[in-house]
Amino acid sequence: MSEKLYLYPVWLRLWHAFNALLILSLIASGLIIQNANVDSMLLRFDLSISIHNVSGVLLSVNYLFFILGNVITGNIRFYILEWKGLMGRLIQQSNYYMKGMFNGEQTPFPVNKDRKFNPLQKVSYIVAMYVFVPLVIITGLALIFPETILPRVVGFSGIQLTAMLHATAGFLISIFLMVHVYICTTGKPISKNFKSIVTGWHE
Amino acid sequence: MTKHKWMLWGMLFAICTPFALIASDETREAPLRFEENKHCFQCHSQKFYTYENEVTGKTDRKAMNPNFVYSPEAFYEGVHRNFACTDCHSPDYETFPHQAELRFEEMYQCLDCHGGDPTYAKYNFEVVEEEFHKSVHSTRHSEDFNCWMCHNPHSYKRMTAGDHSISEIVKYHNQTCMGCHADSYNFQRISDDVKPSLQNIHSFLPNFELHFSSVRCIECHTSKLDTLWVKHNILPKEEAVRNCVECHSTNTLLMGSLYKYQNLASRKERGFLNSVILNEAYVIGANTNKFMNLGSYIIFGLTLLGIIIHTIFRLKK
Repeated sequence: MSEKLYLYPVWLRLWHAFNALLILSLIASGLIIQNANVDSMLLRFDLSISIHNVSGVLLSVNYLFFILGNVITGNIRFYILEWKGLMGRLIQQSNYYMKGMFNGEQTPFPVNKDRKFNPLQKVSYIVAMYVFVPLVIITGLALIFPETILPRVVGFSGIQLTAMLHATAGFLISIFLMVHVYICTTGKPISKNFKSIVTGWHE
Repeated sequence: MTKHKWMLWGMLFAICTPFALIASDETREAPLRFEENKHCFQCHSQKFYTYENEVTGKTDRKAMNPNFVYSPEAFYEGVHRNFACTDCHSPDYETFPHQAELRFEEMYQCLDCHGGDPTYAKYNFEVVEEEFHKSVHSTRHSEDFNCWMCHNPHSYKRMTAGDHSISEIVKYHNQTCMGCHADSYNFQRISDDVKPSLQNIHSFLPNFELHFSSVRCIECHTSKLDTLWVKHNILPKEEAVRNCVECHSTNTLLMGSLYKYQNLASRKERGFLNSVILNEAYVIGANTNKFMNLGSYIIFGLTLLGIIIHTIFRLKK
């Protein structure tokens, strides 16, 4: 039996659970707002806006909690990239996902107490959590307070550009979510990784 | 002339032409009746005017009734810029002091000049009048409420005809409404009610200021059947648009009026609202970008396809 590792402390699991709920709420309400149609609305427009705004503000607060938690507990070390040989490690991990795992090979970067994420996970988590999420938060807050947005940016409407950036970042986060959830099913058994984020223990 | 000199002349021409074009655009033709009107504007563009009092022999300085003070600049920028004052007002005004009975002079209405004239057919003045008579401005007020209440003939500009941006049009058209609805003095010219605060009665609007600076009042307060040129049927307040999604949607009612004046062909060709208002305004839910949507469907589809293929291989293992 493999070693049991306590990888996900309570604060991280709480953050993750709230984050998941809020992201789902934001995606659902965001899609309703983005595709609003006078003849068919799944949810009232103003209600969707309120849900989106409240979820967005809560997500921002939760994100601050995530950053503080990472810094205070040292969890941030799992997000620090080692640039040397990175491309090689990314190719190695990709090869495992594309071929190795179908041939019964072992994962090239197994989880241990110093390595919570494989290289692909690490890069995608860094991009999602430190690029897309801050971007969606900043643009979202700007849209809540549109008076803070420059009226014109290089000849375009500032609000228009902010909204497009917000929608793009939100869309990429939802793509990340799809892949993230799917990759979590690659555990053995399928439920293994889901169980880990609930109990905190990785087996 | 050497080749070198030709090139220099060419450069000079290229540099100067845009300035010449700008200058020619800015200097519109001189107003036709400018000289004639000087006589009237001499007093009627001033808060105070002076005249020789033939009885006392003195020069008197009097305050002009503020309702009769007009800006020549605004007049010559307006649609009636080529008119003489006496085209619409009695020629008897040319003598001073004006005769007392002139104040009872009946004023022309829009249709007196514009009605039945094929030159103005595209503006549908007759339909405008019909719509106006259905509106609360007509039905809830006396006949004294006429076109001039909103459209000052001494300064009215046809904003949708020039190169004005949508935000400039919105500002100008909303000032027409604000002239009374945000001004207690003007409001009480036709109403004994206390003017309600616009902010309070629109408290259901998030970002009140943004809405007011981005959308014309008439978009929500006129009949949806009205078009850009005819939006004169001001509805009772209970019938005004309050449902956010009527604007914030792909089939936004805004497309029926204000933005219509922009390039309709371009919109049709591109098939999305951004082609019209990309640089002008952003209406949540209304202007989703066609290309961004297409890109997102492709990325989403490819991701899903990748997951499905990967799952199949895992199952086959």
